[in-house]
Amino acid sequence: MDRAELIARLTPIIATYAQDKDAVASINENTDFIKDLKINSANLVDVVLDVEEEFDIEIDNVSMERMLNVSAAMEIIEDKLKSK
Amino acid sequence: MNKEEILAHLPYSKPFLFVDEILHIDENGSSGTFTFDKDLDFYKGHFKDHPVTPGVILTETMAQIGLVCLGIYLTGSAEGGVPGHVMLTSTAIDFMKPVFPGEKVKVVAEKVYFRFKKLNCTVQMLNEQHEVVCKGTIAGMVTNKMNG
Repeated sequence: MDRAELIARLTPIIATYAQDKDAVASINENTDFIKDLKINSANLVDVVLDVEEEFDIEIDNVSMERMLNVSAAMEIIEDKLKSK
Repeated sequence: MNKEEILAHLPYSKPFLFVDEILHIDENGSSGTFTFDKDLDFYKGHFKDHPVTPGVILTETMAQIGLVCLGIYLTGSAEGGVPGHVMLTSTAIDFMKPVFPGEKVKVVAEKVYFRFKKLNCTVQMLNEQHEVVCKGTIAGMVTNKMNG
């Protein structure tokens, strides 16, 4: 899966919980879930659970804690997909 | 943790404690009861001359018996764990019937998931006729510190 496809699959999940819709429209690898998208900590958990379902992977606590922006999310997803 | 220990860990007191008794608690859910004293202050204003328990108070009651008691139990019963604080993060409740002053209600909560410190439960409140008065989903973050 290339990075463009990854972002395309990630965006609708993120858009569900993002408070800042303008930031969703201009989403890129540097987009920060909390600072840019204004996602709260409870909804950050929902993003992670939805990512698990969408990509059929399991995300551990350590990965969860550093999944704070789009590029970290993409790295973690690519990692977990590889080790499947 | 047993029921008494959980009650002792609740961070509320009158007039904002809405748990009288925990009936059952385990890793999958909790149930408990509360009786709405007819002299509770909010009945004077909700509504003028027609006291009905406010929906937010019913929601709070379901949150305290369902989410908070269960959150304390799950964290306090974990190996090496300490009872956490529960910060409410979302609610989605449907209301079916009014609850009048003096009524006793039972709340039954089932855990949907508890992951990454977020506890999500389905909750339902029953009156003494065993009718569902309200039900829905409540979630919160279980943290080590208050306001966490």
